[in-house]
Amino acid sequence: MTTYLIRNAQILGGSPQDIHLVDGAFAAIGENLDVPADIEIDATGLVALPGLVDLHTHLREPGREDAETVLTGTRSAAMGGYTAVHAMANTFPVADTAGVVEQVWRLGQEYGYCDVQPVGAVTVGLEGKQLAELGAMHDSAAGVRVFSDDGKCVDDAVIMRRALEYVKAFDGVVAQHAQEPRLTAGAQMNEGLVSGELGLGGWPAVAEESIIARDVLLAAHVGSRVHICHLSTAGSVEIVRWAKAKGWDVTAEVTPHHLLLTDELVRSYDPVYKVNPPLRTAADVEALREALADGTIDAVATDHAPHPAEDKDCEWAVAAMGMVGLETALSVVQQTMVDTGLLNWEGVADRMSHRPARIGRLTGHGRPISVGEPANLVLFDPAYRGVVNPETFATRSRNSPYKGMDLPGRVHATFLRGEATVLAGELVER
Amino acid sequence: MKRHLVSAADLSRDDALLILDTAEELAQLSGRAVKKLPTLRGRTVVNLFFEDSTRTKTSFEVAEKRLSADVINFSAKGSSVSKGESLKDTALTLQAMGADAVVIRHHASGAPARLADSDWLHGSVINAGDGTHEHPTQALLDAFTMRRHLNPGAGRDLAGRKVAIVGDILHSRVARSNVHLLTTLGAEVTFVAPPTLLPIGIETWPCQVSYDLDAVLPKVDAVMMLRVQRERMNAAFFPTEREYSRRYGLNGLRLATMPEHAIVMHPGPMVRGMEITADVADSPRCTVVEQVANGVSVRMAVLYLLLGGAVFADGSADSARTTELLEAAQ
Repeated sequence: MTTYLIRNAQILGGSPQDIHLVDGAFAAIGENLDVPADIEIDATGLVALPGLVDLHTHLREPGREDAETVLTGTRSAAMGGYTAVHAMANTFPVADTAGVVEQVWRLGQEYGYCDVQPVGAVTVGLEGKQLAELGAMHDSAAGVRVFSDDGKCVDDAVIMRRALEYVKAFDGVVAQHAQEPRLTAGAQMNEGLVSGELGLGGWPAVAEESIIARDVLLAAHVGSRVHICHLSTAGSVEIVRWAKAKGWDVTAEVTPHHLLLTDELVRSYDPVYKVNPPLRTAADVEALREALADGTIDAVATDHAPHPAEDKDCEWAVAAMGMVGLETALSVVQQTMVDTGLLNWEGVADRMSHRPARIGRLTGHGRPISVGEPANLVLFDPAYRGVVNPETFATRSRNSPYKGMDLPGRVHATFLRGEATVLAGELVER
Repeated sequence: MKRHLVSAADLSRDDALLILDTAEELAQLSGRAVKKLPTLRGRTVVNLFFEDSTRTKTSFEVAEKRLSADVINFSAKGSSVSKGESLKDTALTLQAMGADAVVIRHHASGAPARLADSDWLHGSVINAGDGTHEHPTQALLDAFTMRRHLNPGAGRDLAGRKVAIVGDILHSRVARSNVHLLTTLGAEVTFVAPPTLLPIGIETWPCQVSYDLDAVLPKVDAVMMLRVQRERMNAAFFPTEREYSRRYGLNGLRLATMPEHAIVMHPGPMVRGMEITADVADSPRCTVVEQVANGVSVRMAVLYLLLGGAVFADGSADSARTTELLEAAQ
């Protein structure tokens, strides 16, 4: 196995140190290390973070390989600094059986760009009617711990209650896509000033908040943990803050796009800004940033949602919802959280690696950068400035809302258990 | 302005008055035996209708033919569009066929904006109604009708005139275009509707809002009744048709409370017995039929100004040229 000596990396933004990677682990960390290595990397000016963990990725395989595959998606993840991603269950067929989750998990292992941890569907076919075989998915080689009907809300209160209870048997967690379906029938964008002017069907904040309120109460009642996907409103933040203050086991994630973009962008009617939950207002963005900074929101999760060109190159109403995000996540977090002084690099490591790994119960990820730990690592250049060009992305799809924007920072290298997946900003072919 | 007419909000006061004044001149045509001008001879105008609309489509078609344009009607029903062809491919096809202007009616809000902002086609895009967003030529013909009754004369606007728009504001593209244009022309707009049929954030719009029709009517110069679709009732926007009619319908008793000079407008199609009673619809104060006639003049003016060449580029009225053309047609 190739050994690496990384020179002068700022671990979590600290003072420059050398890092020695041997046999998949951190072998030595210190100043001016005098150790042999196959490859030496000058990391002067680069920040070293633990390999990032995404709780919310759509890899689209099986079924929509025209949008993304496990291979292209994990290459995209590696380029973004990720060493583990949670693959959402809304594939075709749905990941609601042990067979499907094992297939996705094995593909990830085979390609080796990033660990793929499948998320199992809560209900059969994401229909919200009958529990999927959650235990079988947990007991499979994929070892599923996170269950979600993402894209659809588990809106039936009884089904949600049972799911929350049932997964306690194997320390699982239900990740809820909070969207009251009756309040969002025909919804096209955030309900507010802009939707009224544009004549687009509104997706009101209360449709998210009412489900979150119900689910934190349910989780408390049955003594389970619950995770809230892509929380997007100031009101949702207040509810999660309240639930945490009660001591309930509630966690939440926010997407990079909800930290940066607002519904004002929809005025262009360009479907690249169409996403679910929708882009909200500047006040919501402000609340989400504060909540991520103070820990009310535990994790940044990309909700990376690739779509083929024809599903976005059309009128707003028929366009697909979602944005690609793996390769821009860390840059957006730098711009919105680090450069604004809300979070330091230690905080970024916590929200993008440690806590998401803990929520997903991934034992080999989100570990500290210290001797003996698995060498999952990203080297990030925060001084870089560049214009986002989706044509250069590793993902198969191009639906990035950041196209043409100036974003700071770039991933220089990513290591998965000591093996480089990205070096000098380029994918390492495997 | 502009190569396109997508939103009434894009029209400056000068733009709007230019259109209204040009429409007044063009309206003279309709009194003649030969109602045709050679202005758009050799230009191709496509009516691209993704939604059924007999009135608006016919109105545009008459306007285009009176300007001697080559008219192509491209209806979504029975065409490749109904077989799943995308808006993009339809637009590329029309571009390849050499469309100088596309008049588009679409059920999706923003579809005309997508066409105008894309590089799919290079001709002018005229919004003939998109979803629940806008219907700018309807607003222009409404303003034209109001000006004739309330402040007639070229170059005049609607300063200080009070207009109530009553009904399903939430789903109305007519209301959205009207509030922009009427405000630009100086009128004071009041929306009257049950709270369920008003969009969130209405308080930031440049208009007043009232839930009480009876309180508003004695002060108006014009009242515009919007159609209320019966299916809204099933989505619980209001309890019953009768209750809606009682609270927000315009009947003879309510008409009598309006100032004598005030007019009753309706963009059509009317639902008699729902938002308007038959006696009001048929009264001489109701301008529905007049609005239809004015629609042709206003759409001619829009096509003429967007496609006629130099007129709109510098934003100045070229009424001499219009007069010349009118004379040539005699």
